[in-house]
Amino acid sequence: MNKQRLKAKFIKYFLQSCGSLSIIIVLLIFLFLFKEAIPFIGDPGLGDLFHNIWNPVSFQKEEFGIVPLVTGSILVTLLATVIAIPFGIIGAVYISEVASPREREFLKPFIEILAGIPSVVLGFFGLIVIAPLIKQLFNLNTGLTALTGAVLLAFMAIPTIMSISEDAIKSVPSIYKEASLALGASKLETIWKVVVPAALSGIVASVMLGMGRVVGETMTVMMVTGNAPVISMNPFTSVRTMTATIAAEMGEVTIGSNHYMALFWVGIVLLLMTFALNMISFRVLKKYGMIDK
Amino acid sequence: MADINTENKIKVHVENMNFYYGPVQALFNINMDIADKKVTAFIGPSGCGKSTFLRTLNRMNDIIDGTRLEGKIQIDGSDIYDPMTDVVGLRKKVGMIFQKSNPFPKSIFENIAYGPKIHGVKQKNQLMEIVESCLIKAALWDEVKDRLDKSAMGLSGGQQQRLCIARALAINPDVVLMDEPASALDPKSTLKIEDLVNELKKDYTIIIVTHNMQQAGRVSDYTAFFYEGHLVEFGATGQIFTKPAQKQTEDYITGRFG
Repeated sequence: MNKQRLKAKFIKYFLQSCGSLSIIIVLLIFLFLFKEAIPFIGDPGLGDLFHNIWNPVSFQKEEFGIVPLVTGSILVTLLATVIAIPFGIIGAVYISEVASPREREFLKPFIEILAGIPSVVLGFFGLIVIAPLIKQLFNLNTGLTALTGAVLLAFMAIPTIMSISEDAIKSVPSIYKEASLALGASKLETIWKVVVPAALSGIVASVMLGMGRVVGETMTVMMVTGNAPVISMNPFTSVRTMTATIAAEMGEVTIGSNHYMALFWVGIVLLLMTFALNMISFRVLKKYGMIDK
Repeated sequence: MADINTENKIKVHVENMNFYYGPVQALFNINMDIADKKVTAFIGPSGCGKSTFLRTLNRMNDIIDGTRLEGKIQIDGSDIYDPMTDVVGLRKKVGMIFQKSNPFPKSIFENIAYGPKIHGVKQKNQLMEIVESCLIKAALWDEVKDRLDKSAMGLSGGQQQRLCIARALAINPDVVLMDEPASALDPKSTLKIEDLVNELKKDYTIIIVTHNMQQAGRVSDYTAFFYEGHLVEFGATGQIFTKPAQKQTEDYITGRFG
């Protein structure tokens, strides 16, 4: 009896520690980031982060303004989202409402394959195919622009948006559809006026998760956005994202230098941004009862 | 069979109708005339085909893959299964109330305005008139008039079902099909729905599927008894309930099976 109870207790603690592992890791990462970044507050001062120029390696004047990196990330993310939303949502509507079962079985694996393409490979594709196309199409000096990155990131966001939206659309009770059809609405009217609005919370959440994926993506944007740290909201300029900056510079920086710490601040800002996006999508899902509290 | 033909105008005429779900035949050689501006009840045990039959009348079975209908169904003399038939127009003319109340997750106003909007009514005050008159017809106006902009999901089960009735009336149908409209409601709400049916038959032809024998007796003028896909007996409700011609009907009504 006692042995039994001991065993149960042991198993409980074991499961508990497995369950809390992710919390511990998240906390440790936060802690580590701050530990490395904190001395920056004293010496160059946090104010330097808000400057408009990122020029961390210089003999005259080092500049650690992360504003161009933040705007770069925001520009690419927003563009990618704008491109991905119509394809993702219309695709989801098609797969869940219009496609025949056979078409569905054929399409769904391809979406999963698209989701599984390594970002480096997507980067190759971007360099060789998309960048020249965009250069030619818009008559630019270079094809390595924010738009190029956004197109490729949209490819990565579309599967996320599509599969989660599809779940949301599929979970709309069929009695709504029947009610709408029985009122003499066509199939299309039923989809746009009843089914999609009823699934809207899930669709919004899917877009948020897609954005989360896009913000954090590194390799593809590093390969195709041109990496110029300028403040611009023009899709046809080269930009540099936060992720690309960290990936490109972290390898060569002197540990403990101001540059090193500035990169950690970039990481913290990035983490907070993805954290915020996740929180928003979580809230949306919770509010509409799509996940348990 | 009853002398519906001589007493009433015929609204729905069904002739040699067979219905299939894929290879499975669900209805066998149905012949029936349904009277205009009367209440006709379909009764029978679960799976007897009464709901399937109801759904053939506004072609709701079309949305189920692999269904097939043989024979003829005419409403006001025109064949609704003719390839040229406009299904949207048909469903506008033949409204439907479902077993489980299914208001859209929108406001009360938007629920009722949905149908008219789809069929081209745009002016706000015209929509408001429709909403008000339909809610009054559905005996719901007094309960909801102060919260038309609130979600329909906040209404009680009985109110939701009356809202669905109001929504169906908003497209101004001739025929209203009701598929066990009160089966999920408490006795009080059920009574309200039945009163409503009695009220509505002045203006509409009502066909109601019900499991509840007393309900059929209370609300209907004519009753059809279905068993295993066959129309066993059809006649004036009083006659069906007091002296049915068929043994099966009598057994079912007196509760010996089903």
